[in-house]
Amino acid sequence: MANILVYALHYEGAINKNSLGAVSEAARLAGELGGEAHAIVVGQADDALAGSLGEYGAKKVYRADAPEGLAQPVVDAMAKVIQDGDYSYALFGGGLLGFEIGAGLAARLGAGVAMEVTAVRAEGGELIAERPILGDSAISEIKYRSDVGIIIGRLNAFEARAGGSGAAPVEDVAVELSPHAQQATMVTRGEQRGADVDIEGADILVAGGRGLGKAEGFQLAEELAGAFGGNSAVAATRAVVDAGWYPYAAQIGQTGKTVAPKLYLAAGISGAIQHKVGMQASENIVAINKDANAPIFEFSDLGVVGDLNKILPKLTEAIKAKKGG
Amino acid sequence: MKICVLVKEVPDAAVQKRLDPNTGLMDRSGEKNLNPYDTHAIEAAMQIKEGGSVDVEEVIAVTMGPDSAVRALHKAVSLGADRSVHLSDAALAGSDVAATGYALAQVLKRESPDLVLLGQQSDDGECYTIGAVVAEELGMPSLTQVIKMDTSTDGLTCERQAEYGYDTVKITLPAVISVGDAINEPRYPSLKAIMGAKKKPLDAVSTGDVGIDAAKVGKEHSAANWVAAKQPPAKAAGEIIEDEDTAETVEKIVAWLDERKLI
Ligand SMILES: Cc1cc2nc3c(=O)[nH]c(=O)nc-3n(C[C@H](O)[C@H](O)[C@H](O)COP(=O)(O)OP(=O)(O)OC[C@H]3O[C@@H](n4cnc5c(N)ncnc54)[C@H](O)[C@@H]3O)c2cc1C
Ligand SMILES: Nc1ncnc2c1ncn2[C@@H]1O[C@H](COP(=O)(O)O)[C@@H](O)[C@H]1O
Repeated sequence: MANILVYALHYEGAINKNSLGAVSEAARLAGELGGEAHAIVVGQADDALAGSLGEYGAKKVYRADAPEGLAQPVVDAMAKVIQDGDYSYALFGGGLLGFEIGAGLAARLGAGVAMEVTAVRAEGGELIAERPILGDSAISEIKYRSDVGIIIGRLNAFEARAGGSGAAPVEDVAVELSPHAQQATMVTRGEQRGADVDIEGADILVAGGRGLGKAEGFQLAEELAGAFGGNSAVAATRAVVDAGWYPYAAQIGQTGKTVAPKLYLAAGISGAIQHKVGMQASENIVAINKDANAPIFEFSDLGVVGDLNKILPKLTEAIKAKKGG
Repeated sequence: MKICVLVKEVPDAAVQKRLDPNTGLMDRSGEKNLNPYDTHAIEAAMQIKEGGSVDVEEVIAVTMGPDSAVRALHKAVSLGADRSVHLSDAALAGSDVAATGYALAQVLKRESPDLVLLGQQSDDGECYTIGAVVAEELGMPSLTQVIKMDTSTDGLTCERQAEYGYDTVKITLPAVISVGDAINEPRYPSLKAIMGAKKKPLDAVSTGDVGIDAAKVGKEHSAANWVAAKQPPAKAAGEIIEDEDTAETVEKIVAWLDERKLI
């Protein structure tokens, strides 16, 4: 039977949205292959939370008591379930842990792995994964020669669909952690750095990247957002959040927020895939970048090639004038 | 302590990356360079070595790649590595992530490092995952996207951003760490270091030398089988304004926004 095992990440009593998408996608694909989608949660999850994955199409949910937030214990847990069961594929939603777990699992099982997968289809009893490559300029298709194929989705690639099929049975599995999985311990998890700002509710987002030059550069972005007024806010890339220039709560992308404002205006942002996945659904995308070859121009509706230090202050003034007049 | 840094040769950032229509593999003609993300890994190794909290005997740059990859190793050495190892063999061509990680792990086993460092991603492959594969093959703990790393003799305290914010993780050595590009600002090599790089020991090895099972590597033996490449659906190209006269540029932007009722 072609069953699919899905890792469901959870934190503070909620299942990750991308994991819910992966469970829904696995249920759809398993249906086409004539198998079932099962999910696995690792760590503290009560019956209600684990069982709720049934709503998204999981026919069974495994629960393994192991440390949370680290990849290698999950590799141990998933390898055990896969080896004791009957699985042809393992599926992950987008995120960071999925990459680490999926890759580790591939090494453990001698399995093939594809990451950043944007679509999966069943054909002739097997799954084919589509993976954009070379900065999304081409899409490759991947089939698996191994007994188990590992598919790691791109952020937001799979839509979560609650089907109303009720709770799934939860089965506890005992996992023996491998020695190396015990050599990493979480000291603190999920620390929020910087102010708690809301970018998800904004209609207009002025997003700043490394091109702002320094933390103070964000003032240009804030002034522009201020000129738009109303429901506008400033957002950021991981590069500048990691550098401590702007709060984590304002970060868009793979390990940040997913947004879809009416206007997304990028200043000094290159347009890396991990940023793009969090904002590509925006209605209007405007980018200001001095590098005409910056990837962000590939997916902008309006691209401005130029120095943001020259353009932003004038743009702020012009918008103020327009609004005033 | 012995540190191995995994480095890769990639097409230069200015080269348009594309697939070779005949082989379906990356077109590797054109200018190449050391993967920029790997310079952060080398810098991290150098900062541990120079930091003084642990004694580092050696920093070794390791790559798997064609003959030309020697230049990436020279660059790595000019940035501070003491010597380098070049795994090269026609049998390795077209290896997927799992096969590449397996092959690199066999080279590393011979070196038995206390710490293996990698970049956050290769600029061409963009898999983000070689580190996790190598760690599993070596049976070592690992973490990717690390942006802060405190080293002591008994281990590392690492910080990185994951799905829900910043995590701090303690790791025992030996370990495999992929560093994020915010971890440091890589140095520029001195002219002297560039000139001297070719004189540092470079160990060229093939699959047989490091016990790589040839039936586990290469395009034909990779479990992820890349069957076809297609073009993504064409998206209407956006409008582009080259900023020559900023007053005019701003006028155009405002008009564009106004047309869409965004102001
Ligand atoms: C697993 C993983 C997860 C990640 N998660 C995220 C995430 O959630 N969010 C995220 O954003 N990134 C994420 N990243 C990082 C991502 O890959 C990029 O490194 C990051 O988005 C780059 O940020 P940036 O555009 O600010 O910086 P850069 O890539 O350095 O781009 C800066 C741009 O500014 C331009 N510029 C410089 N000066 C000027 C000027 N004066 N005027 C105009 N333009 C100028 C430059 O031409 C350049 O294009 C992740 C990476 C990985 C591997
Ligand atoms: N062929 C290779 N040889 C040595 N190191 C590599 C190779 N491919 C990838 N790496 C390392 O793995 C990191 C992540 O690459 P990737 O998983 O391809 O995005 C890179 O930054 C390098 O440190």
